[in-house]
Amino acid sequence: MAEAKAERIPGFATLSIHAGAKPDPTTGARATPIYQTTSFVFDDVEHAASLFGLQAFGNIYTRIGNPTCAVLEERVAALEGGTAGLAVASGHAAQVLVMHALMTPGDEFVASKKLYGGSINQFNHSYKNFGWNVVWADPDDIGSFEKAVTPKTRAIFIESIANPGGIITDIEAVSAIARRNNVPLVVDNTLATPYLCKPIDYGADVVVHSLTKFIGGHGNSIGGLIVDAGTFNWSRDKKYPMLCEPRPEYSGIVLHETFGNFAFAIACRVLGLRDLGPALSPFNAFLILTGIETLSLRMQRHCENTLAVAEWLAKRPEVGWVSYPGLAQDKYHALAKKYVPKGCGAVLTFGLKGGFDAGVKLVSNVKLFSHLANIGDTRSLIIHPASTTHKQLSDAQKVQAGAGPDVVRLSVGLEDKEDIIADLEQALAAA
Amino acid sequence: MNHDSYPDSYIRGILNTVKTIAMVGFSPKENRPSYFAFKYLTERGYRVIPVNPGQAGKSVLGHKIYGSLADIPEPVDMVDIFRASEHVLPVVKQALALTPKPQVIWMQLTIRNEEAAKLAEDAGLKVVMNRCPKIEYGRLSSEISWIGVNSRTLSSKRAQIYGKGVQRMGLNERGGTPREAAAATGPAQKSTPQGG
Repeated sequence: MAEAKAERIPGFATLSIHAGAKPDPTTGARATPIYQTTSFVFDDVEHAASLFGLQAFGNIYTRIGNPTCAVLEERVAALEGGTAGLAVASGHAAQVLVMHALMTPGDEFVASKKLYGGSINQFNHSYKNFGWNVVWADPDDIGSFEKAVTPKTRAIFIESIANPGGIITDIEAVSAIARRNNVPLVVDNTLATPYLCKPIDYGADVVVHSLTKFIGGHGNSIGGLIVDAGTFNWSRDKKYPMLCEPRPEYSGIVLHETFGNFAFAIACRVLGLRDLGPALSPFNAFLILTGIETLSLRMQRHCENTLAVAEWLAKRPEVGWVSYPGLAQDKYHALAKKYVPKGCGAVLTFGLKGGFDAGVKLVSNVKLFSHLANIGDTRSLIIHPASTTHKQLSDAQKVQAGAGPDVVRLSVGLEDKEDIIADLEQALAAA
Repeated sequence: MNHDSYPDSYIRGILNTVKTIAMVGFSPKENRPSYFAFKYLTERGYRVIPVNPGQAGKSVLGHKIYGSLADIPEPVDMVDIFRASEHVLPVVKQALALTPKPQVIWMQLTIRNEEAAKLAEDAGLKVVMNRCPKIEYGRLSSEISWIGVNSRTLSSKRAQIYGKGVQRMGLNERGGTPREAAAATGPAQKSTPQGG
């Protein structure tokens, strides 16, 4: 036969707008409708049986799946270059469902010790109740990941750009360790977004997101997402019973053999989301989808503004240091050139020579920046982690996580950069 | 044909053309992938004929199970193979011995056999390896998007409803011509024109 013409692969901006969102099949609605319904009628009894048995694709109940949320799932999966996605109520919920699919009580996972403080808390404390044991490794010493792996290890977890330290993790090097030990690499790509970095290109097997941040981008909705890269062989060592053994919940179906390279996303949905329940509201999915349509434009401006702020701060007498991988003198600049060549995102930290008290004064004096515990908003945000997000960590953990007493974290917004810098200038002067 | 990456038009063309599918290595157990594919494709208008020598003479959902391809008393358009890669070659040889010959040899997810593929292609058949027709139908009809799978398809045309119920979709988008619109609402998806 004649070879069919090669099909065009759409670019990032096109996928940001179109992936997953064909016109509504029944009404022709062009924007994705908000399917604000708990449940969906079955065509007939046989159809219901097929859906419950996972023999047909379709909608049953919004805790398990919803057409608005499904558009979001396909959109982010397409942007990350994965096989499938699963939207959930928050980034934290995404992490719980990923580990629920991978771990049984007594198992271990290796995690970078430089993570978002909320993740450190979740791994150290909440997971203990499930018998999931975290073993910490140092992203500045890649060999420490290899040393932390034991026969009980079921995953390695890192952030592409760590929050708040501005640490770029050498994803490819950690991936090589995961491959050697036949465990999946899970990468939290919240700060970079797939516009700046696609961890799957460097060997990630699962990508997780807090959609709350740059992907949604407007500070209006909490959400999380899991992307299955479709790269991991879940059946090889029989280490992952959720995926490679007959599931009693579904009359003996083996998910990996039935769903192939998107079995992980299905396991998170039909075993994790169905039974643990952290479903995303369709309304939140709609707001986040609207945000994603401008992801590439927003990330460009976020990076441009943040670099300008970082360069300005680096010259200020009140400032002891600035941590932003986009600065040429930054420790992570070389890794940034490899993993986030288009820009290093919008989160930066800096140290005030005046220490803890100067940090508290600065967040009190700003007028344009909002003092709150989030990142990835159109608005510029500021926080003093030692007195807020990282307060529960010990002093040693605070320093380890890049949240010492003098540290201030900014999430630089999309306002005019002159106004952003002017606000910092007046607030520093007043401090 | 490059068997690492099939154009959507190739897969869509096959699924739009074939009507009768012999499923070799079919399992009557309800939790097996072949049963899933059998039931799903049957519900989308294909005539699927199960083949399994250990189950010959029995029937499943009203369809008779045959012991071999040669025993099937009617022409088949496609042979869908649920056997390990090393067992594929004899199945393809049996398929090529049929009169008339089938148009398509399809090997399921994880199944590849280059020698068998070449044999079939040299005989003028189309070959698909390491894919599942249920997943491909779900992908190209947009049904699979309901479970968050990256369908790798973009379109500004709405998907066509299969006709039976609202949660079954056809393979072709609505093109807006009266003939297509009529076909889109009819029960026999196989008769819808291509394109759209």
